[in-house]
Amino acid sequence: MLGGDGKRLKGFDVKVENVSRAFGDFKALDDVSIEIKRGEFFSLLGPSGCGKTTLLRIIAGFDNPDSGSVLLDGKNILHLPPEKRPVNTVFQSYALFPHLSTYENIAFPLRLKKIGEKELDAKVQEYLHLVQLEGHETKKPSMLSGGQRQRVAIARALINEPNVLLLDEPLSALDAKLRQNLLVELDHLHDQIGVTFIYVTHDQSEALSVSDRIAVMNHGKVLQIGEPFEIYENPATDFVARFIGETNLFPAVVRKCVPLHDYFLTTLYIEELESEILVTDYDNLPVGQHVSFTVRPEKMKITTDKPTHVSKDINLFRGIIEEPIYSGFQSKYYVLLDNGTIMKVIQQHANYMDEGPEIEWKEQVYVSWSAEDGYIVEVVDS
Amino acid sequence: MKRERQLGIIYSAPMGLWLTIFFLIPISIIVIYSFLKKGLYGGVEWQFTLKAYQEMFNPAFLKVLWRTLWVSVVATAITLLLALPCGYAMARSRHQIFWLALIIVPFWTNSLIRIYAWIAILSSEGFINELLLSLGIIKESLSLIYNQQAVITVLVYINIPFAILPLFTTIDKFDFQLLEAARDLGATKRKAIFKVLLPSIRSGIITALIFTFIPIFGAYTTPLLVGGKDSYMIGNIIVDQVTKTRNWPLASAFSLIITLLSTLGVIWMLVSGMQDKAKGVVK
Repeated sequence: MLGGDGKRLKGFDVKVENVSRAFGDFKALDDVSIEIKRGEFFSLLGPSGCGKTTLLRIIAGFDNPDSGSVLLDGKNILHLPPEKRPVNTVFQSYALFPHLSTYENIAFPLRLKKIGEKELDAKVQEYLHLVQLEGHETKKPSMLSGGQRQRVAIARALINEPNVLLLDEPLSALDAKLRQNLLVELDHLHDQIGVTFIYVTHDQSEALSVSDRIAVMNHGKVLQIGEPFEIYENPATDFVARFIGETNLFPAVVRKCVPLHDYFLTTLYIEELESEILVTDYDNLPVGQHVSFTVRPEKMKITTDKPTHVSKDINLFRGIIEEPIYSGFQSKYYVLLDNGTIMKVIQQHANYMDEGPEIEWKEQVYVSWSAEDGYIVEVVDS
Repeated sequence: MKRERQLGIIYSAPMGLWLTIFFLIPISIIVIYSFLKKGLYGGVEWQFTLKAYQEMFNPAFLKVLWRTLWVSVVATAITLLLALPCGYAMARSRHQIFWLALIIVPFWTNSLIRIYAWIAILSSEGFINELLLSLGIIKESLSLIYNQQAVITVLVYINIPFAILPLFTTIDKFDFQLLEAARDLGATKRKAIFKVLLPSIRSGIITALIFTFIPIFGAYTTPLLVGGKDSYMIGNIIVDQVTKTRNWPLASAFSLIITLLSTLGVIWMLVSGMQDKAKGVVK
């Protein structure tokens, strides 16, 4: 719904096929293929230099791939100049025209089309309303706050009614609190107008909270494409596991693999822990296979007393608190295990003091997690 | 506080003294002389008159004034049209220092010598004619020098650095992503330049305009050395009035016109600069 009259802009599907782009020896994109669905909120997530911005620039038309194609609604758009593509961009620095007012910035695309003054004004008002910038029409970008500038950039990018909206780290210049608010607004806006959003970010929490699907990229390659929970709960590679959220990650060797219900209860030997651990997995892995094992800090339990009634599929280690980090709603502990390895454990403080008194520095603790809460992330060829 | 103010006066004294001796007093002399009666053998007689200003309306002078204006406008326009792409290319180049050096190095040579170099290039036995003759492209020497085109050519050459430098500085600070944004929003390359780049570097263009127009308007050596009978400019008239005709009040009146014009230009530059600042244009 837009401007209350019930019309929806049409989102196009985007197909990136085998796109490669090198800058000298540096491979910015290495045979990247992504299919983005009609009207999807799709995020490209990765550290700086992973190629996500290059891909966005190629879709926008500011850069050309060395090979591969980009299809919008089934049509190749690579031969089209940026101004002819049904795609608009919200730039990281907003790229608002400093010599033009808010009104004229938003009206810019319409002025190029030479449409009637009346129609133009109606449309600009509609988009001013959409991004809640009424009353700021005459202000120059320098007079606006960061959040307001971002809204101008969004309105300006949407007024052409693009089928795909590209967002290049649009929130990175804002402070944390504003970022959260605008993220929610962006999400609402996406639901409201039905345009396909391609959102580039290096911030995993941003990507997880608003995306329909995420592509995690590193070194010019797509490592995993999936819905936020898949990426978080079932990372495809070491890198994805480390990059999305915090985790404990260890190289391991398969010792035993026993079928149990619809999965396999796998015994891994982890050299760093000098111990075997249990983990459930969907694959029947051969004994001796090298893998990576990961367990998220918030999935682990930390107690000062040794847990009684330990069930068979619980992994339990003893250690001392090396460093407690209290941050209000949770505490993070770096636990030095008896075998000399550091484990990160996060304890939520849902009910104050529910888990007993605050755990102190150098205190002896027990760290445990259930076999279902760990994952085998990557099968390492050896 | 009081001590600080006294120190301020002491610090600014050398500059104040300098401006008084070499700027304020000479300008005052020019203003006063322009309202006096001319002396028989140069100099002035202390008698108030507006004769100098009346003499300016002599058709012969008006013709020169008109020509000076025309030559200045044409030369400034050509200079800016050449300097804009130059400044743009320099701002986008990775070898900015190299290009800057190329522009600044000629300043180390006296401009008079550089004008003489142009005589060597343009004269009938000059570089261009010799080259074209030896290549058989022309049979007879072209008259490339001692006309208005030669004056304009050399004026453009002499003044182009003063246009390139301010343009380069403003374009260098320009956020080129704005051009991408304009393209993204539907502008062609041309439209992006006219609707976004040029308005954003307005202050640089105005500075370049004034830095070139003022010296060209007051040009004296260039028309004298490479111009012909048809290329006399106000600067030459002033010199003639001082040294040959010995009409100092008239020379003063002409000088005042040039000074006023320059001052107006500078005020325009300052005002538009302040407007840009008020608009928040980053300079």
